[in-house]
Amino acid sequence: MAKGQSRIVGILKKYEADLLNDWLGELKASGADSDGRISETELRNQATEFISQLREATQSGNLDNIGTAEWQAVRDFLDGISRSRVAQGFRSDQTAGFIFSVKKPLFTRLRKELGSDADGLAEETWVATELLDKLAMHTVHSFQKTREDVIRRQQEELLELSTPVVKLWEGVLALPMIGTLDSARTQIVMESLLQRIVDTGSEIAIIDITGVPTVDTLVAQHLLKTVTAIRLMGADCIISGIRPQIAQTIVHLGVDLEGVTTKANLADALSLALKRSGFSITKSKA
Amino acid sequence: MDRIPILQMGKFLLVTIQVDLHDRLALTLQDDLTAKIEKTNAKGVLIDISSLEIVDSFIGRMIANTSSMARILDAKTVVVGMQPAVAITLVELGLTLTGVQTALNVERGMHLLRTSLADKEADDVCDQV
Repeated sequence: MAKGQSRIVGILKKYEADLLNDWLGELKASGADSDGRISETELRNQATEFISQLREATQSGNLDNIGTAEWQAVRDFLDGISRSRVAQGFRSDQTAGFIFSVKKPLFTRLRKELGSDADGLAEETWVATELLDKLAMHTVHSFQKTREDVIRRQQEELLELSTPVVKLWEGVLALPMIGTLDSARTQIVMESLLQRIVDTGSEIAIIDITGVPTVDTLVAQHLLKTVTAIRLMGADCIISGIRPQIAQTIVHLGVDLEGVTTKANLADALSLALKRSGFSITKSKA
Repeated sequence: MDRIPILQMGKFLLVTIQVDLHDRLALTLQDDLTAKIEKTNAKGVLIDISSLEIVDSFIGRMIANTSSMARILDAKTVVVGMQPAVAITLVELGLTLTGVQTALNVERGMHLLRTSLADKEADDVCDQV
């Protein structure tokens, strides 16, 4: 254990209460609890916990690498902080600021202890900076990971929500597509539609793309694949809800929709489907 | 070696694939089917693949080929009961089976064959007149 490293350990032990108070002062000054998202008691608890965890971990003498087992408790604690900050709606810089703001109180104590020894002070400051930076980076990383998890979960939920296959009539299924079509979504949509065709024995499926914002070659290709798969199963497919701009795009892109029945809106598609299944609709006179 | 049975129903032949098709079995089926069409003078063939769960490019092409062969022998072919997974696989393989008639189940397939046979007979009568 180098002699310089033990000074930080000593300072953490000696001035634990002072450090905590100064740190809380810093946090308050930076406005960490000003908008009421986190209470002062909670902030104090977190700070106390962090200082004591830090003291425990530095006692091992390892201040270079926070990936080791001695730092496990600190890392877990910071992960917990990040998760709660995400839930409370903090920004990533505010979360990192929680750790960064411990620098000033710590450096003040270092200067007090090592005031005359300029070399020692510079060295200690550097070690402390590096350590705290690493801890802050870890916090931000874990903050971001928590957010990405939320986004991923939402995407999955969106996927489930956006593929309802509805029965319009005896033997007529409709699939109102909403949102951008990518390969993964098309695959799921295709599978659920085909499965429903088998389950219900429906002969006609209508794919309504009113809710699809843009159609590019890839989307058109996905649509054609779905239509072909439906035809292979022995059912018929009508594409409806093609907006004027989309019709123009499809032609400009040179996508060949030859052999695919297309209708401008769902009503036309349904009436065609009914006609093909042998139904006719008449208006009853009053 | 096991074979896939080909049943005759009036003017139509009925093929139900109940086992996993391997390449040799598929070729044997092709031989048997063409021979049977010629022998029975069948006007339609119905291939039920509702139990077929795995398909590769060879089997896909074989289905398309069999249907073309039957057409040359003056028999209309309908493939019925394709599973969603099989349909998706064929599309991904780029096999769209153009020219092959499909139907959801045997009943609809039979209906399709009967109507097309009736149409054809009507046409033939017209030609003679």
